[in-house]
Amino acid sequence: MFSLFLQFLLSGITVGAVYSLVGLGFNIIYNATSIINLAQGEFVVMGGLVMWFFSQSLHMPFFLSVILTILVVGLVGLIMERLTINPLKNADLLLMIMITVAVSIVLRGILMFKFGKDPYNYPPFTTGEPIMIFGAVIQQQVLWVLGITLACIGLIFLFFNKTMLGKAMSACAVNPTAAKLVGINVSRMIMLSFVLSAILGAIGGIAITPISLMEYDKGPALAVKGFCAAIMGGLGNSMGAVIGGFIIGILESLTAGYIHSGFKDAIALIIMLAILFFKPAGLFGSKASLSVRKF
Amino acid sequence: MKKHVNYLVFIILIILFPIFITENYTLSIAIFAGINTLLAMGLSLLMGYAGQASLGQAGFYGIGAYISAILAQKFGMPVLLSFCIAALVSALAAILLAIPALRLKGHYLAVATLGFGEIIYILLNELGPGGPSGFGDIPNISFFGYKLTSPREYFYVIWGTVFVLIIFSYNIINSRIGRAMRAIHDTEIGSSAMGIDVAGLKIKAFILSAVYASIAGSFYAHYVTFISPTSFSLFQSILILTMVVIGGASNLWGAVVGAVIITILPELLRKFDELDVLIYGLILIFFLLFLRKGIVPTLTERLKRKGI
Amino acid sequence: MLKVDSIWKTFGGITALMDVSFEVEREEIKAVIGPNGAGKTTLFNVISGVYKPDRGNIFFEDRRIDNLGAVKIARLGISRTFQNVELYGHLTVLENVMVGRYARTKAGFFSCGFRLPHMLREEKEIIKKSEEILEYIGLYDKKDFFASELPIGLQRILEIGRALATEPKLIMFDEPASGLNDAETKNLSTFIKKLRDEKNITVILVEHDMGLVMDISDNIVVLNFGEKIAEGTPKEVKNNKLVIDAYLGEEEHF
Repeated sequence: MFSLFLQFLLSGITVGAVYSLVGLGFNIIYNATSIINLAQGEFVVMGGLVMWFFSQSLHMPFFLSVILTILVVGLVGLIMERLTINPLKNADLLLMIMITVAVSIVLRGILMFKFGKDPYNYPPFTTGEPIMIFGAVIQQQVLWVLGITLACIGLIFLFFNKTMLGKAMSACAVNPTAAKLVGINVSRMIMLSFVLSAILGAIGGIAITPISLMEYDKGPALAVKGFCAAIMGGLGNSMGAVIGGFIIGILESLTAGYIHSGFKDAIALIIMLAILFFKPAGLFGSKASLSVRKF
Repeated sequence: MKKHVNYLVFIILIILFPIFITENYTLSIAIFAGINTLLAMGLSLLMGYAGQASLGQAGFYGIGAYISAILAQKFGMPVLLSFCIAALVSALAAILLAIPALRLKGHYLAVATLGFGEIIYILLNELGPGGPSGFGDIPNISFFGYKLTSPREYFYVIWGTVFVLIIFSYNIINSRIGRAMRAIHDTEIGSSAMGIDVAGLKIKAFILSAVYASIAGSFYAHYVTFISPTSFSLFQSILILTMVVIGGASNLWGAVVGAVIITILPELLRKFDELDVLIYGLILIFFLLFLRKGIVPTLTERLKRKGI
Repeated sequence: MLKVDSIWKTFGGITALMDVSFEVEREEIKAVIGPNGAGKTTLFNVISGVYKPDRGNIFFEDRRIDNLGAVKIARLGISRTFQNVELYGHLTVLENVMVGRYARTKAGFFSCGFRLPHMLREEKEIIKKSEEILEYIGLYDKKDFFASELPIGLQRILEIGRALATEPKLIMFDEPASGLNDAETKNLSTFIKKLRDEKNITVILVEHDMGLVMDISDNIVVLNFGEKIAEGTPKEVKNNKLVIDAYLGEEEHF
């Protein structure tokens, strides 16, 4: 009984880790630009598929594949920002949302063309016996996912709170004019935010694929759930997004396990709608923070 | 008077089309174009005129299709009645969505509607007859004993509905209600200060768009006689959005243009089979970057500048 | 006609209005002045229902309105203009005024959609009354321009026209002279007086242009840091030490 619960909990935490990374990616872009990037999920998918490409199709060594994948996906983030976000600088917010949707469609199209509709896989980072705790089986890859996720979260926090570059990026969304006046190159910060988010997503995709496989069209579901995580924590609140991601992952897993697997995708949506409708500032946000952001 | 010329030309085109085009396949495409036009019109009214984003129109489309199909097929209800009840259910769903969503703007509203559309999709998948595989044997439309069977008959009924609804929609746009909705789009604070019930009108705009989508869904179900949840997914919502972006959200005729283009596109792209998703995305990006007002408004602006 | 009774309004840590009270008599022209940040626009927003006061009440014709919300307050006969003109840029000049008639008309959804006879009659009335207003304010020849195409001076006048269309008993003007040159301000001055004299409309006005204020106000309320520091006729206020102190450092000349 308990071991079953623990099993669900663990698989929830695992998938929740990826949602956290997606939510974090959302926040990074949102904090720098006030844009919601609905193509965020595609970065994760690319992480998995491109990693497969380098490691399994081109048979490159593991670390090299990881680095190349990160570079490629980061580059995609860069190109996306330069070609589609930057030209629309002062556009309607709705236009911005639509263009990220359009980009996600294009990316999905490219992935479908190159990789087809099949699921892809590659071996876990380390091979070895799974660990048993209280009757629950923990594959080693799960520990990798959790470890890498926590490391990424830690690094991101250090970046934004302790480095000049990070603080400069935070300044941009709150007040781009003031940021420019103190010499921050807002345009470059925006570009950086997209690259950073892309890399974060890619890392999530690289880590999770050995566990749950990767297909070309997993993007939208990931994006929606990552966005739910970001909303739950309060848009702009990175710590909140991380916690939100894990909560959603766990609730999903428990719903699938105990109620009915078909509804698991609905859980994140229902939570998100509930939050949007009743506490748009998120569980950890405050009303004041809502007015600071331009929507 | 200029508006009436539009209507006249339109109705003439509608009447003549199936007389000159008799080939069933083409007529079928034209029928889908009509269904898509209804969807695009609903979104255009909501987004282009009332200024409310919606990425969840497929939800209402699905409700319209499933409710009408189930009532007609499983309960033997006359199709006209099942259309109406489906529209009612859609309207209720719209109210359910709109009331809490009222205070949301921009991104938050867009994502809330997206969430709504997705939830409907999941419900259709889990609770709809046949689940993900859908179900068939849906009766054709019949009214007062006369059953519609041929594509030509469906063409006239569907495009006839489009015609009637375009007139109805323009009547609303050019009335105090329409002006108030357009006012809300420009400034909510400046609207409530003039005594406009902003919340109430937003809800009405959502209901209107939901009913149009529902009618489209019911037509779809009873024409194709087989439905499954895949036709009502997020991609469909995005497709409807694309129609409105291409045609021009701020002009109702843009909905017609956008819908026709999007309906014909898969036919033109048939040979690029695997690239169709990609091409949709590229077209959308192109329009958003370079022609963001859409075809019809851009054309009318250019013509105005030339003094026509 | 309007009674503002001990209004308090705070935003987060900032107290924008602190125990503000005053009354406005029927057909009076009352000005609310004060240095920047004194809380004048917040006061307007509280009266017109954009904000709810934290404490205190507002009465209009002896009826309590602070708990009604902007839409209901507008329908009771209080209209306003905005500091940043809130016109409907995508609608024509005529349509902007026509929207002002919304609260006084009632054709519903289906009446409009099917263009039923009573809707057509009402629409005719709306157009007629709106065109009359456009003539009154001198914008009739521009009726088919889009509101966003007008220069700022005319936009402010259009906003007044729109407010007039609601058949208000009280109009609140929020810095109507902002961005106007001397000649335009003089016109505005004459116009507001005309409104009160010819249409029997009560006026409350927030304004920085002291020339305008002194010229047309019957009575002035002075705010500073959210508190009322003086009230009286233009002559009394002009010589009030507190008021002068409050403005020291500002470039206002009496």
